[in-house]
Amino acid sequence: MEVVSQIGAGVTDSLAYLGSLAMLGGRAAYYTFIGPFQGKPLRLQSAASQAMEVGVRALPILSLVTFFIGLILALQSAYELSKLGAMTLVAKAVALSMSRELGPLITAIVVIGRSGSAFAAEIGTMKVTEEIDALEVMAISPVHFLVAPKFLAMMVMLPCLTIWANTMGILGGALFGVVQADFTFGRYIQASIESLYLRDILSGLIKSVMFGITITAVGCLEGLSTGGGAEQVGRSTTRAVVISILLVVAVDLVFTGIFFFLGNG
Amino acid sequence: MDREHPNLSEPKTVISLRDLRVSYGEREILHGIHFDVKAGETLVILGGSGSGKSTLLRTLVGLEKPSWGQIWINGQDIAAISNKELYEIRKKTGMSFQGGALFGSMTVGENVALPLREHTKLEDSTIEIMLRLKLEQVGLAGFEYHMPSQLSGGMKKRAAVARALAMDPEILFFDEPSAGLDPIIAAGIDHLILELKKAFHMTIIVVTHELASAFLIADRMVLIDKGNIVAIGTTEEMRSSTQPRVRQFLDRIPEPDVEGELDYLQTLTERYRRRA
Repeated sequence: MEVVSQIGAGVTDSLAYLGSLAMLGGRAAYYTFIGPFQGKPLRLQSAASQAMEVGVRALPILSLVTFFIGLILALQSAYELSKLGAMTLVAKAVALSMSRELGPLITAIVVIGRSGSAFAAEIGTMKVTEEIDALEVMAISPVHFLVAPKFLAMMVMLPCLTIWANTMGILGGALFGVVQADFTFGRYIQASIESLYLRDILSGLIKSVMFGITITAVGCLEGLSTGGGAEQVGRSTTRAVVISILLVVAVDLVFTGIFFFLGNG
Repeated sequence: MDREHPNLSEPKTVISLRDLRVSYGEREILHGIHFDVKAGETLVILGGSGSGKSTLLRTLVGLEKPSWGQIWINGQDIAAISNKELYEIRKKTGMSFQGGALFGSMTVGENVALPLREHTKLEDSTIEIMLRLKLEQVGLAGFEYHMPSQLSGGMKKRAAVARALAMDPEILFFDEPSAGLDPIIAAGIDHLILELKKAFHMTIIVVTHELASAFLIADRMVLIDKGNIVAIGTTEEMRSSTQPRVRQFLDRIPEPDVEGELDYLQTLTERYRRRA
């Protein structure tokens, strides 16, 4: 019996957590899309500096990681394709797997490590030093002031980063194609472009927007629910990373499923 | 529960607590707090660590929800109103936090100007003048471009007071204003509170455990112990009180040691005996 009740409690807790995430996301969406028309201006300056931090500063590491991933994909697919004498399909394999799956996913993982954790640590520290309480007492909503600009920045920057990641992955594949598979650089790129349909890229971009929302919601919720003390900030940061990775993969599965059954897959 | 609005006789009552109870989970921290604060009065809430005085302050500003009872501020029960109405009340109150709670990513000037920028449509130049005025009031003129990390503990508290004053509040709350400061700086903060009281006739609520400071600034005092009010009265009434718990607190007498081996064993096993 105890096992059943424990599982029940676990399920209830998880559902409550998802509910809190949805509520936070909903409130942030209100301040982003509806608030500006009700005299609560969007904090664009703050969103821009967040976009700089989340997006532009992530470019070096993201470029490196996705370039290598593209190269690895080319090597792995060439291993099988060479047996079939179909080395020309390497470009297609890399382009499709990058833009439909790995581009958005790797981008999300890099952003979780850089920004999801930073959101939780920043807001968690503000909670511990009573800065969140100070906002409340000054009649400034912490969601409007802190969370909404992060949502906006992530929703804009994640698709941008994903496009960049796809490009770098394809360039990684091109390195292998040129060196090992008798492609010229131009022909490799052309083969990649020809193998991609708009829906491949779009499905990846839609997923990346959802990942952005998920990562921000988890990071901010973990920060806002930090208890007292520095130790708790560390705990929130770890939880933000672990839960974000889990939920990003879950969201990925759900959306890939939806696209598949819509016949878009 | 009696939801009738308390009688507002002269001078105006700005804060009324009626049977206020606050719980964290199943543990009740405040067991029915009941008092009034008149306009222009300085009320000091005294109490030891863990007495519930900080919880009381957090509940007064709406950061904790009471599990029972009412908190009337300017005629509105803040436990029963919407978030929007609570925000309207908060615009007319200010709070200085124990550690200052200044935003580390903003300069002192931006910190002080924040409520003005958020809640008013004043021109930048007007806000600039107002923030300089507020900083001057707390003795921090010329510090508007400093970051909070460049300020000492006492200066941070002064800056926090300047921020709390930004919207010209009717009620000002202080959480442990002199905690962690050396005696001279702490006296400076007390002096600042007295000046604010004299100059603006604000209603001021201070939570502290520093006796000297409490007797200097208070018109009335409330002593809280284990979530109950032990005594309430003017500074003279408190000084001359004969209540044992008040005397113990004011004369700084430590809790009596457990005497004898039997008593000691009884304290250790009390919980289990009670459960049985």
